[in-house]
Amino acid sequence: MKPINRLIICITLLFSLTANCQSKMVLIKGGTYTPLYGRDSLKVNVSDFKIDVYPVTNKLFLEFVKKNPKWKRSNIKKLFADENYLINWKSDLELGDMQSLNAPITNISWFVAKDYCDFQGKRLPTIDEWEYVAMANKNLPDARQLKTYNEQILSWYEKPKTFKNDIGSTFKNYWNVYDLHGLVWEWTLDFNSVLISGESRKDVDNDSSLFCGSAAIGATDLMNYAAFMRYALRGSLKAKYAVKTLGFRCVKSINNSQ
Amino acid sequence: MIVKQKSKMRISFVAFTMITMLFSGCKDADKTEKPSTADIPVSREMTAELTSPPNVPRPVGRRKAKKLIVNMEVLEKEGTMTDGTTYNYWTFGGSVPGSFIRTRVGDEVEFTLSNHPDNKLPHNIDLHAVTGPGGGATSSFVAPGHEKKFNFKTLNPGLYVYHCATAPVGMHIANGMYGLILVEPKGGLPLVDKEYYIMQGDFYTKGENGAPGLQSFDMQKAVDEDADYVVFNGSVDALTGDNAITANVGETVRLYVGNGGPNLVSSFHVIGEIFDKVRVEGGSMINENVQTTLIPAGGAAIVEFRVDVPGTFILVDHSIFRAFNKGALGMLKVEGEENKAIYSGVVQEGIYHPEGGGIQQMPEGKKTVKVANSNKSLAMKMESGKQIYTQTCFACHQAEGQGIPNAFPPLAKSDYLNADVNRAIKIILKGKSGEITVNGKKYNSVMTRQTISNDEIADVLTYVYNSWGNNKTNVTKAQVDAVKSGH
Repeated sequence: MKPINRLIICITLLFSLTANCQSKMVLIKGGTYTPLYGRDSLKVNVSDFKIDVYPVTNKLFLEFVKKNPKWKRSNIKKLFADENYLINWKSDLELGDMQSLNAPITNISWFVAKDYCDFQGKRLPTIDEWEYVAMANKNLPDARQLKTYNEQILSWYEKPKTFKNDIGSTFKNYWNVYDLHGLVWEWTLDFNSVLISGESRKDVDNDSSLFCGSAAIGATDLMNYAAFMRYALRGSLKAKYAVKTLGFRCVKSINNSQ
Repeated sequence: MIVKQKSKMRISFVAFTMITMLFSGCKDADKTEKPSTADIPVSREMTAELTSPPNVPRPVGRRKAKKLIVNMEVLEKEGTMTDGTTYNYWTFGGSVPGSFIRTRVGDEVEFTLSNHPDNKLPHNIDLHAVTGPGGGATSSFVAPGHEKKFNFKTLNPGLYVYHCATAPVGMHIANGMYGLILVEPKGGLPLVDKEYYIMQGDFYTKGENGAPGLQSFDMQKAVDEDADYVVFNGSVDALTGDNAITANVGETVRLYVGNGGPNLVSSFHVIGEIFDKVRVEGGSMINENVQTTLIPAGGAAIVEFRVDVPGTFILVDHSIFRAFNKGALGMLKVEGEENKAIYSGVVQEGIYHPEGGGIQQMPEGKKTVKVANSNKSLAMKMESGKQIYTQTCFACHQAEGQGIPNAFPPLAKSDYLNADVNRAIKIILKGKSGEITVNGKKYNSVMTRQTISNDEIADVLTYVYNSWGNNKTNVTKAQVDAVKSGH
């Protein structure tokens, strides 16, 4: 009896580990693309990497917090998350009544998202990586020239309360990745690099590029309004912000040189 | 020597006069120069009253400049564009246009912009009344679930537009993110009897004007400046019917009129009124006796007029297809005593014989009152229907529904009409063109869609079906609603 019991426990543990702790990833073949805000409109190289198929869910994040008490709502340092952090949870380890286990986690700061990925042996995607995967539609790796692509994304941006939907409720794209558009915004590793450039120190000028007429200058694709809105959102964020419509997913580099 | 001295003296004299002149010049300038409005001191603090359109907050009157707290919330929400059509509006304070802000010159405004947590997008505000970079936009850029605070001093009196200036700016404005802020001069604007807040905006939807259901924003149409809706106060019916603004005979009405755009310039006109005063472009210049005033996109005007006779006065953008086909139409209902000296109404109708001949008088029709009641009796519908018929259908289909041979089909004893009531409703809603056969005769003509309410369509069709030997169908508003929300 005893050894059998142990075996069962072991198996269940193993099963739950593989099912919950590691969400599925797919390989993204790298390449070059022209970002919306190229520093000097140069093409950008993206190396091969793996990306989570879905955004991180409430369920997975809850498990993470259980293992990492410093990210409990009552323990978190003010420096690392504002008052909106997990604001809709009932307690430190309980989701809110209206929150689905399989809905994407939101109301989390950049710090905790970054740590979550680190904990899984992964990292947050860079803006370039994220945009590279997100410019695909169902059939094409770069669908940005299609009118329908922008229209679909724009119509999502207008739709209220999509953060309540479960993961996988939007389309599967060319890379077999779900929910890049249509569910929640997602944190990126260098979300603030658009506004705060490391080299030129002309932060005021960069800031103004998101306002009024100047928004159109310096953009490589004038009709890509959907992308404008993503960059605008990123520009409005600070790393400690927790926003109801903002979640994340992780990626993993593939070390080709080794 | 003597000569030299003389010339020296002369030179010094001239110089002296010039210097005195200069000084006195300076003195004169000092006298006329007003103290800068930036130096107006503020006393105490007060929270600004904000109102949704068409209302405006109380006048500032003689109050001193204060520290004025303004709390504005950004809400993205679905609202009604017209019967059966909805739209996802982005709003300042939950309404389109956004809440009216009323300040006086010298106020120090502490402005807090809050972005509701359920919102998808970051927003900011650019107030044209602000002197400073971005009009506040750079200081108010705020993520969902957060708020930003900034201060500004109102330096110039006038009526100013505010709007969201987050990329893509055009889209934020096209979705309704604009409103007005009034900066009154010291002592306030002269008091009037009625004040209202009206703002025009153009909207671009995936479906054409009138297409039912939730309509999303169409970027291409916006870029092409091909508006589906041009409306006052955010929707087609915001200022008509029960929502009409009102006044009494003898009162002076002041309208704060803005134009949010994003694209179109407004030729603002009130049918049957002349503006006694227009504060041109919302500034300090007053023009008098104006018929139509131009309001630029991102601009405003204050118009004032005394209403002298009762009746319904129609507010339009006099780019007139916008008014009758795209929604830029509002109503001002004025009640009170008739003044026949100013406006007589119809005095006499007659038959016109170019060859001469005596004037043959026609009996004067009784005036009827419109009833907006869903449980109208057949008699009431007939009465209202007849009135609508006379106004709308009479010209083509003629008094007895006989139509005009080879041009307009008859409605009397019409097989085409009696065969399908839903088709008849649809023709009034959407118009009809191309060949049809009525009572064995072919007609190939065009009827435009009629801009009358669903209730009125029910009445006029009931009238037509119960006249001139037709099948006595009683058409209800519910039937019309069903056809409209169908396809």
